[in-house]
Amino acid sequence: MRLSPKHATLLLLLAILALAPLVFPSSFYYRVFALIYVNALAVTGLVILLGFAGQVSLGHAGFVGIGAYASALAPMHLGLPPLLALVFGALLSALVAFVIGRPILRLKGYTLAIATLGFGILVSMVLRNEAWLTGGPDGVAVPALGLKDGLKGLGLKLKTSELWYWTSGIVLLFGAWLALNLQHSPSGRALRALHDSEVAAKTLGVDVARFKLKAFVVSAVYASISGSLLALMNGFVTPEVAGFLHSIELVTMAVLGGAGSVIGGFFGSVLLTALPQALTFFQEYKHLLLGLIMMLVMIFMTEGLVPSLQRRLFGRTS
Amino acid sequence: MAELLQFLLSGVTVGAIYALVALGFTLIYNASEVVNFAQGEFVMIGGMTTAFLSAAGLPIWLAALLAILAAVLIGIALNKLAVEPARGAPVLALIIITIGASIFLSGTAEIVFDKQFHRFEAFSGDAPIEIGGATIVPQSLWVLGGAMAVFAGLYLFFTRTLMGRAVLATANNRLAAKLVGINTGFVMTFSFALSAAIGALAGVLVTPITFTSYDVGVGLALKGFAGAMLGGMGSPPGALVGGLAIGLVEALTAGYISSDYKDAAAFIVILGVLFFLPQGLFGAKQVERV
Repeated sequence: MRLSPKHATLLLLLAILALAPLVFPSSFYYRVFALIYVNALAVTGLVILLGFAGQVSLGHAGFVGIGAYASALAPMHLGLPPLLALVFGALLSALVAFVIGRPILRLKGYTLAIATLGFGILVSMVLRNEAWLTGGPDGVAVPALGLKDGLKGLGLKLKTSELWYWTSGIVLLFGAWLALNLQHSPSGRALRALHDSEVAAKTLGVDVARFKLKAFVVSAVYASISGSLLALMNGFVTPEVAGFLHSIELVTMAVLGGAGSVIGGFFGSVLLTALPQALTFFQEYKHLLLGLIMMLVMIFMTEGLVPSLQRRLFGRTS
Repeated sequence: MAELLQFLLSGVTVGAIYALVALGFTLIYNASEVVNFAQGEFVMIGGMTTAFLSAAGLPIWLAALLAILAAVLIGIALNKLAVEPARGAPVLALIIITIGASIFLSGTAEIVFDKQFHRFEAFSGDAPIEIGGATIVPQSLWVLGGAMAVFAGLYLFFTRTLMGRAVLATANNRLAAKLVGINTGFVMTFSFALSAAIGALAGVLVTPITFTSYDVGVGLALKGFAGAMLGGMGSPPGALVGGLAIGLVEALTAGYISSDYKDAAAFIVILGVLFFLPQGLFGAKQVERV
C-alpha cells in the first residue's frame, strides 16, 4: 500500500513526537523540542502563505507578538482565563490580518515585502513604546495556563517541561493536519494556481484577492497561537518576540526546509532551533549564519532542503 | 517659528542621507531590476570602518577613502557572489537573498567591530551655527553639500559620458542594450560598486552627527526605500525629492507628535504611497506583461 504524501507527513510527525522522548538524555531536551514545535507551528503558517500562495511576509513576528502579548495581558486586563486569552489573541490577529491584508495583498514582490516588514516593525514599536500597557522593553510576566494542576486532578503527573513538550507537539500535529488538508483541497489548488501565475489563475476564475486574504489570515492565526504558546511556556515575554529578526528567522526556517511543504518547514524549524542550542558558536555568530543560510539556500536550492533531498533520493517530489 | 525652522533643518539633514540611500536603490534597480535590501549596510560599513580606522590613528580623509573602497569591494562581491548566480530566479528568491546579505553583513560587522555606538570627529568642529533662531552643526552642511555634489555628479555622468549613457540604455531595455554592444554584466557590477560607494559616503558624512553601530543598516534601508518609492522607483530626481520628504516627515513627527514614533512616520508614508500612488511622484506606470 502506498501512503499519500499527506498521511506520510502526519505519520512522520506523529512518530517523531512519540519516539523522540525515548532517546532524550535529559529533560532539557523536552524544552528544546517544545521550542521546535512552537516555532514549527508559526512556520507552518508561513508555508501556507509563502509556499502555497507565494506571498511573502517579512512581518509575521508581528502576529507572534500579538498572540504572545494577548496571553500576557488579556488575563490581567480583561479577566480572561489563559486559554481564552490565547483564543482572543488568535481572533485579534485574524481581525488585524483581515483589515490590513485587504490593501496590503494587492501589492506584489518587493512592495509586499516592504509593507509586511513595516507592519511587523510597527507592532514591535507599539509593544516597546506603550510601557503603561506592555511593560515596555523589559517585558511582562505571563500568567500560567493552569494545565498542570488540571492534569494532576485527573491523576496525571507531568514535569513542566514534559507537559509543554506534549502540549506544543499536539497543537503542531493538529496545525499540520489542517495545513495538509488545505493543501489538498480546492482552496489549496487555487492557492498554488495563483502562486504560479496570478493572471492565469484569475483567467481560470480563481478569486485571487479572496484566496490570498484567506491564506494571510490563516497564517496570522498560526503565528499568533505560536506566540501565545511561547509566552505561556516561558512565563515571560519581551518585545523581541515581535521583532524584525524573529520574522526573518521564521522565513529562513520555512525556506531552508522547503517552503512548499509542511514537512520541509518542520525540518527547517528543527535545524534552526536546535543548532543554536547544540552549538555555542552558532549563538555567537547567529546573524552572520542566518544571513549566510538564507543566501546559500536561495542560490543553490531554491526549493529548500527537503524537496531537494527528496528529488535526489527518490527522483521525484511529493 | 524658530522651532519649526529647527525641525526643518534637522529633517533636511537626515533627508539628504535617505536621498543618498534611495539613490543607491535606484541605480541598482535600474541596472538589474533587483531591489537591494542590503543598501543600508553600505552606510553602516562606511561609518563603522571610518570610525575604527580613525580611532587606530589614520587621518580622517584616508580612513574615509579606505572605508568607501571597502564598501565598493563588498558591493562588487555581493553582485558577483549572490545576485548574479541567482539571475532569473523569482523575485521572492532575490528578496530573501538581499535580506540575507543585509543580515550577513551586519552580523559580520558585529564580530569584526563590536556592538557599541561609534562616531569620529566632525570635519569642521562641533560649534553650532545660528540661523534665524535655530542652530545647525557644521557637519550638517557637509552632509547637504556632499549629497548635492553626488546628485550633480551623477547628473553629469548620465548626460555627458559614454559609460553613463550605457547605464541608462541598460536601464531602458537590457536586451536592446546588449544587442548594440553594451556589456550589461559590467553595467550591473558597476552599478553595485557605485551604489556601495554612495552609501558608504553617506555613512562617512553622517556618522559624526547620528553615531553608527553594526545594526543601523536595516532601518536606513527602509527609510531609503520609502524615499525611493515615494519619488518613484527608478528615478534619480525622485530619489532626491522622496528622500528629503521622508526626512522632513520624520523630523516633524518627532517634533510635533512623538519622538517614540518618528520611525513609524516613514512606514506610514510607504503604506500611503503603495496604496494611493503606486508609481510614486516621478515613476513610470507599471504594467504587468503576461
